[in-house]
Amino acid sequence: MDAFVSLIHGFGVLADPMNIVYMCVGVVLGVLIGVLPGLGGANGVAILLPLTFSMSPTAAIIMLSSIYWGALFGGAITSVLFNIPGEPWSVATTFDGHPMAQQGKADEALTAAFTSSFIGALLAVVVITFLAPVVAGFALRFGPAEFFAVQLLTFCSFVGMGRESPFKVLAAMTLGFALAAVGLDSVTGQLRMTFGTVELMRGFDFLIAVIGLFGIGEILLTMEEGLSFRGKSTTITLRSVMNTWIRLPRFWITYLRSAAVGCWLGITPGGATPASFMSYGLARRFSKNPGDFGKGEIEGVVAPETAAHAAGTSALLPMLTLGIPGSPTAAVMLGGLLIWGLQPGPMLFIEQKDFVWGLIASMYLSNVVGFLIVLTTVPLWASILRIPFSIIAPVIIVLCCIGAYTVHNAFLDVVIMLFFGIIGYAFKKLHYPLAPLVLALVLGDMAESSFRQSMLISQGDMSIFWSNWLVGSICGLAMIMLFWPLITLLLDKMRGGGGRLSPGGA
Amino acid sequence: MFMEREQNLVPEKLAGEGEEAASANEAGLTVTMKTMELVVAGLLMLVAAIVMYDSVRVGAGWAFDGPQAGYFPFFIGLILFGASAATFAINLFSRTADLSSFVTKPALLLVAKVLAPTAVYLIVMYYVGIYIASALYICFFMMWLGKYSIRKAAPVGIAIPLILFWLFEIAFLIPLPKGPLEAALGF
Repeated sequence: MDAFVSLIHGFGVLADPMNIVYMCVGVVLGVLIGVLPGLGGANGVAILLPLTFSMSPTAAIIMLSSIYWGALFGGAITSVLFNIPGEPWSVATTFDGHPMAQQGKADEALTAAFTSSFIGALLAVVVITFLAPVVAGFALRFGPAEFFAVQLLTFCSFVGMGRESPFKVLAAMTLGFALAAVGLDSVTGQLRMTFGTVELMRGFDFLIAVIGLFGIGEILLTMEEGLSFRGKSTTITLRSVMNTWIRLPRFWITYLRSAAVGCWLGITPGGATPASFMSYGLARRFSKNPGDFGKGEIEGVVAPETAAHAAGTSALLPMLTLGIPGSPTAAVMLGGLLIWGLQPGPMLFIEQKDFVWGLIASMYLSNVVGFLIVLTTVPLWASILRIPFSIIAPVIIVLCCIGAYTVHNAFLDVVIMLFFGIIGYAFKKLHYPLAPLVLALVLGDMAESSFRQSMLISQGDMSIFWSNWLVGSICGLAMIMLFWPLITLLLDKMRGGGGRLSPGGA
Repeated sequence: MFMEREQNLVPEKLAGEGEEAASANEAGLTVTMKTMELVVAGLLMLVAAIVMYDSVRVGAGWAFDGPQAGYFPFFIGLILFGASAATFAINLFSRTADLSSFVTKPALLLVAKVLAPTAVYLIVMYYVGIYIASALYICFFMMWLGKYSIRKAAPVGIAIPLILFWLFEIAFLIPLPKGPLEAALGF
């Protein structure tokens, strides 16, 4: 019960009133980010990261993670009321959430969505509380080869679990690695891919990439539709909350199943978006009346919201214990950790107890705070969405520019950010996944250095990656993940099904 | 199936369940998805070639003390090249290639209407600082794309840079690019 003692210690860290203030500010900003198109968890946190440089790391991570929870809650509001998913992981929520709003049951749908998000997050935080110290303790015995194997598994999982064409996942990922390699090589001191320019010596900062890819790219996509928001308005009364809550316990098995799906896909980097879709699909398959799904079935709101929030939360587990983020937003927070001078990984649990347990304790509290805030302030957020896009868009672009500039106080970064925006727009339209690109950009140097360290240890002998059962089984799993699309294709062929590769990915 | 729907993430969803938009697009057809797939895969192959070329330049082999600086990036470039070549080939030879429009003309126009002023905004920012440039940019955007009168656009355009100025320069002490006007005011 070490975890319990540590958790109580963590709540002690939270007793500092400033931390509570940062938490509330974070949640409110997060909901705003989640509601606005073009601002999401990843680039919202990236833009606000420079503001935290002067804070203590604990206060900073509490605020940034609260922004993330807020963004997860905020996505549901736009999905239900406007049929516009504020975040990719709330796409599945629109399937049943918006029909409910059209039937005049928006208050029920929102209450169900918020409650499910809350329960999903809570279950995931419990998993983190008890699993994280175990994983961290285990990872203390890791050498460079084991770390590289885990990183390999992370990236191969994208290929195996992604819905996109495996070739496109690989291309996006290796593009990230290539961009990460630009600049000064930290081992030999050689310049790589700078082509004689001074500007490229710093390399490409992933924060710039995140702000451009997710911020500008999303604005361009939204603009393409020539948006006019026409949504339902609603207020949530105590009575409707009570009426919905009475109905929710029936779905306890949906909650457990969705939270399990969410935690699994959050820890292995599948992320919140596939988790929400998978959970929606499972709920429909196991439902007694699958025909009602898509027409305003409350279970169709419960399942994806629970899974998305569980996945979003549990994505922080590998980030804290192994230094490998489970989602782009977790990757940005990992970048923050490095900037604040903390080395993510198992040693964090020994050297920075206040930081780790303060963060975990804050997850409990900020989800309660976030839940209460969104339940009471829905009309406010709905009215923000009624501000025309021609006002919101330039303001968001200005914020993206400021965010890109403040990372290094370099004007060139703003220009690079705009280019990443165009890449993001093209990639999204052609179904290239952005998450592996961002994660490769973040982890590129780390993966390369653990690879080179292992190569130095083994004198260039690749067999170090299956030299003992631990590293061997991780690498084996990684290979299964990498060739999973091929394996399923062969299985389909053997069954006589026509599993043909089609452009755009299947 | 719900799985396929995930591919139509945010944008297509808005167009009203995606594919039916394609038929309406024929009048404003620009380039097909297939062409764009080929262009992007080709560009990625070019990037991969550059990566491999430069890795060989710094040394992609084995030095006496371990792998050379180009060892890891070379293999990254190789995978990028292979994966993009596969995407290229699939789109070139597949009979199921997506011949629908990558972007319709009106949509492309809207995207250009955002990109062009943003590019100008960056140039202006370089000379007069971020606050003045943002004020002009927000006003212009609102008047041009939102068809607002200057009496409505100006207050928004002035208020937002002022809030940002307070937030960054005064509250958080983070300096942003400033120009002659701020200098004249003593910042």
